[in-house]
Parts: sequence; structure tokens; C-alpha cells
Amino acid sequence: MDFAFFLIQLLNGLQYGLLLFLVASGLTLIFGIMGIINLAHGSFYMLGAYLAWSLASLTGSLAAAILVGIPLTVLLGMGLEWLLIRRLYERDHLFQVLLSYGLILIFEEMRSIFWGDDVHGVPVPELLNASIRLTENLSYPVYRLFISGVCLLLALGLYLLIQKTRLGMKIRAGASNRDMVQSLGIDIKFLYTLVFALGIALAAFAGMINAPLSSVFPNMGGQVLIICFVVVVIGGIGSVKGAMVASLMIGLAETFGQVFVPEVAGMIVYLLMAAVLVWRPAGLFGKT
Amino acid sequence: MAAFRKPHTVFLAAALLLAVFPLFGGAFYVQLISKIMVMAIFAMSLDLLIGYTGLVSFGHAAVFGLAGYVLALLGPQYEAASLWWSLPAAMAACAAFALVTGLLVLRTKGIYFIMVTLAFAQMLYFVFHDTTLGGGSDGIYIYNKPTLAIGGFALADLEKIEHFYWLVLLLMLAVYLLLHRVLGSTFGRALVGIKVNEHRMQALGFPVFRYKLGSYVLAGALGGLSGYLAAVQFGFVNPEILSWHQSGAVMMMVILGGMGTLYGPVLGAFAFVLMQEAFSNQAWFGPWAKHWQLGMGLFIILVALYLPRGLAGLFARRHEAATEPEDEDKTGSKAEGAP
Repeated sequence: MDFAFFLIQLLNGLQYGLLLFLVASGLTLIFGIMGIINLAHGSFYMLGAYLAWSLASLTGSLAAAILVGIPLTVLLGMGLEWLLIRRLYERDHLFQVLLSYGLILIFEEMRSIFWGDDVHGVPVPELLNASIRLTENLSYPVYRLFISGVCLLLALGLYLLIQKTRLGMKIRAGASNRDMVQSLGIDIKFLYTLVFALGIALAAFAGMINAPLSSVFPNMGGQVLIICFVVVVIGGIGSVKGAMVASLMIGLAETFGQVFVPEVAGMIVYLLMAAVLVWRPAGLFGKT
Repeated sequence: MAAFRKPHTVFLAAALLLAVFPLFGGAFYVQLISKIMVMAIFAMSLDLLIGYTGLVSFGHAAVFGLAGYVLALLGPQYEAASLWWSLPAAMAACAAFALVTGLLVLRTKGIYFIMVTLAFAQMLYFVFHDTTLGGGSDGIYIYNKPTLAIGGFALADLEKIEHFYWLVLLLMLAVYLLLHRVLGSTFGRALVGIKVNEHRMQALGFPVFRYKLGSYVLAGALGGLSGYLAAVQFGFVNPEILSWHQSGAVMMMVILGGMGTLYGPVLGAFAFVLMQEAFSNQAWFGPWAKHWQLGMGLFIILVALYLPRGLAGLFARRHEAATEPEDEDKTGSKAEGAP
């Protein structure tokens, strides 16, 4: 294996990992801060992809689709939190699981009713539709690099938001003691609504930006959901830093696994998770 | 427990009704109810973990599928296997799988436990999916139903759907009664204690880890029983029977029906499959039958919002409210577990 080939796999693995981070960070925030197990998180990834496809074919530009689509998903996230999720904070986690399972079914059917059951492609934006030549017959698409860059920027933004802003401080406080924060006069309900919408928006954005690479198809949320739960657990629940490290680990393990040991590629991710949890039962950065 | 009489009558009435059903029900419904009862066994075995021991397994399909594969791989290809050895073999394999994985997964707690059980189930899924061991993603056909005979005299002909139905019914009732006995024993009481407060049980001198492992292995063996029956009914196995969708579906049956009761999972299995059939019924819903998941999703959400004990709560509320409020759900089964 020569260096260029290795480099391509490395970049692919990183890009896949960074994309996973977008979905998984929302999942880990919603679980870590609100204590909600949201099985429907993958459905928002799917929703994002379908929105990208339909809005891009309407407006002719993926950028416009994202600009219109993100506010829509934020509104949807806030609405769902307000209408349904809010009622389950005090309840057993398993009823949240049940509720979000119901949501998955509804999302799939809505998708089927509004958008049909076909597979669709989304064109790569004109501006980014190029590739960098590495050797005579190997080249790397610019769009993948672009995705990696955007994901890194968002990760940085998320870090700054949570660690350095006043809002982030309130969110962190709300995660450790909900009642205390509320008695200090902070509107914790609204804060939770925001966190939920933020998590949803991240998942939907991941679906949108990845639509040109993955194409758009029914049930696309399921696989992403399971892998992202793996990421969240390896990283340690509620830890955004852990989600980042775990996403990259999974992204690289899966990409290189498919190259070197294709027979057991499917299993690698789960082996990795089992190994990490036997070693550290609360994940890499989880609080024990 | 004061109102013990009434559930008794309900139990007998339900058993009797199910027993006579094949005499007037059509073939389609006999097979449908057989399938539901197989799932009910599966759901009861999972409820032993989720509802009684506080172990939320998201990988219970592993034993369901494993049992089917044991039957398919160990049985002779063109002849019928005997149920007398193939069923114990399948259940033993599942118990062994549960024992080995249990030693590892029981070291974790809460959502980590959920995910590690998923991980082992997924590994088994990929073993059957990506290797030629069990026919890859196509799976294996089981051409002949197992025989059930004593010294040449056939007790039942499982090729006949009614006979299979009665066998499943019998086994479902047997599993119900067995679990009822187990849960009434010291072991079962201790499991519920572990669910509510593990540390306290430890301090009281109970071998908590061994009890949990015991529960995990028993649930594995009973889950294997249901998987064996499913493989017999459908006549083939493929990796999908041990995918996470299957683990998720049975978990939904348990939660929907009502965790921590034995009839809850049975109700859940019936509700889950019958609702699915109802919403996809063309005669009732016309063009909307194609979108049956919509109705199913709404139904599930309504239960999650308004029935805090699942469907079982509809029946339990009346006589249990008078006796004692069981508040263990609140503290015990939060996914983080005890502090």
C-alpha cells in the first residue's frame, strides 16, 4: 500500500468520524444535560438529508437548502420538545425510549407520504465540485475536505458555546443540578428546549451536508443512530470531548477495517466498544 | 397480592380462550396468534431482566437468533430433528452464550449495559451475516419441522398449524408459571431487591453478581426457547432475526405492555402485533394501510404519555391502587442505576 492510498483512507476516516461527531454530539448533549434517551435522533439526520434534497432541487443550491432547512428543523425540535419530550423528564428512561421509538415510526411514514420511498442523489455544489490530484490515478474530492473543515469549525463553535459563554454556563449548571438552577431564577425549561433544538439541528445539518456523498434513502437514520450511540458510550455520556475522540476512533476503525479486514469490518466497531467498556465501564471521559 | 383470586380467574379464562381458538379461528389467525405467543415468551424472558432485575438488555435478539441457528445447523438437513434433543440443545447454547457474555456485560451499569448487550448481539449478527457459517445473509432453510414423539408414537405433528399452536400455547403457559414460581422464590425476591437498590442487597449479604448472572442466563435460555419456536414456525433463519431491530421490537413489547408484571409482556406482544396487523389492514384503512407505521407510532406515543405502567396499568390500577403503591419504577430503573 502506497502513501497516497493510505492518505486517502485516512482522510476518509477522519471525514466520516467528524460527521459522526455532529450527530453524536447532539445525542450526548441531549442525554447528558436533559437525561433523555432519544432514539429518534437518527430520524433527524434523515430529515436533514431529505430536506436538503427537496429544497436543493427547489432552489437549485445546497447552500440555500441548508439556510432554509436549519431554521425549519430548529422550529421542529423546539415544537417536539414542548409538545412531547417535556412531559417525560420525570419519568423512567424507558418511556422516553418508547416515545422516541414511536417518533421514529411517524417520521418514517411522514417521509414516505411526503417524499416517497425512492433513493435520490444530491449534486455536489458547483463551487466545490473538484478534486485534488495526489498521484497519477488517485485524487481526493474537495467536497470531502470541505465537510471535514465545516465539522471542525462547528466542533470548535460548540466547545466555545458550552465552555466560554454565559448560555453554556447555564447549560452546564442545568446538567449538574436542575432544581438549583431553576431556583436561581433561570428559565430551565426554555434552556432544555434550546439544547434539544440545538442537538436536533446538528443531526439535521449532518444529514444535509452529507447528502451529496451518501445520497438520500429511506431508513437512513437507523444505522447512523446505532453507530452514534456507540460513539456516545465510548466517549462517555454527556462528554462532548469524549464524543469527538470516540467519533474519530470509530471513523478510522471502520474505514481502515473495511480496507484491511473486510470479513470482520462490521464487527470492529462493536469489538472496540466492548473492549473500551470492559476497560473503562463508563466510557473514556465519563464520570464514574 | 391480596387480590390474588381475580387474576387467577382471568388467567384461566384467557388460557381456555386461547386453547379453543384453533377450533373456530381461521388458519391465518391461528398462525398469527402462534407468532404472537412466541413473541410473548420472548418478551416475558426479557421482562425478567428489564422489569424484575433492572437490567435493560438491548441485545436479547442474540439468543432468539442463536437458538434458531442451532436448530438449523445441528439438525439433519433433509430429515426432521427430534424436539427432545434439539430444543434442549438450542436452549443450552443460549444459556451458555448468556453465561459467557453475562460475565462481561454485568460489569457495566445503566445505559452502558444497554450498549454492551447491543454490542455482543451485533457481533453475533455479523458472525452469521459476514461468514459462511450460517449461509451468510441468505440464511438457512429448515425443511422439516422437528418431531415430537415417544417411542415411535407421535405426540403432535408440528407440520399441522393447530398442533404447533397448542405446543406454543402450552410452552407459553409453562414459561409464565415457571417465572411466576421463580419470582416468588427467595431468588426472585432478591432480584427485585437488586433492581431497587443493588448496594443495599449487597450489604444484606446477597451474592448480587451471581444472582444477576443467574437471571441473565435464565432469560437467555427462555429467550432461546422462543427463538427455537420462531425458527420452527417460519422454517428458515437469517441474520435479521438477531438484528437490533428485533431486540428493539421485543423491548417495545415489554415497555408497551408493562414492565415488572408477567402479563404485561404478553399483553404487549399481542398489542404490538395486532395493532400492526390492524393498521396495515387494507379493508379498514384503504390506501392508508400502506402507511401503517403512522397509526402504530401514534398509539405508542399515546401509551408512553398517558399509561405510566404500560397497558398492564389499565388492568392493574383498580385492585392495586387499593393495596399498595409500588414506587420502585421511579428510583430503580432509571438508566443510570443506583448511585
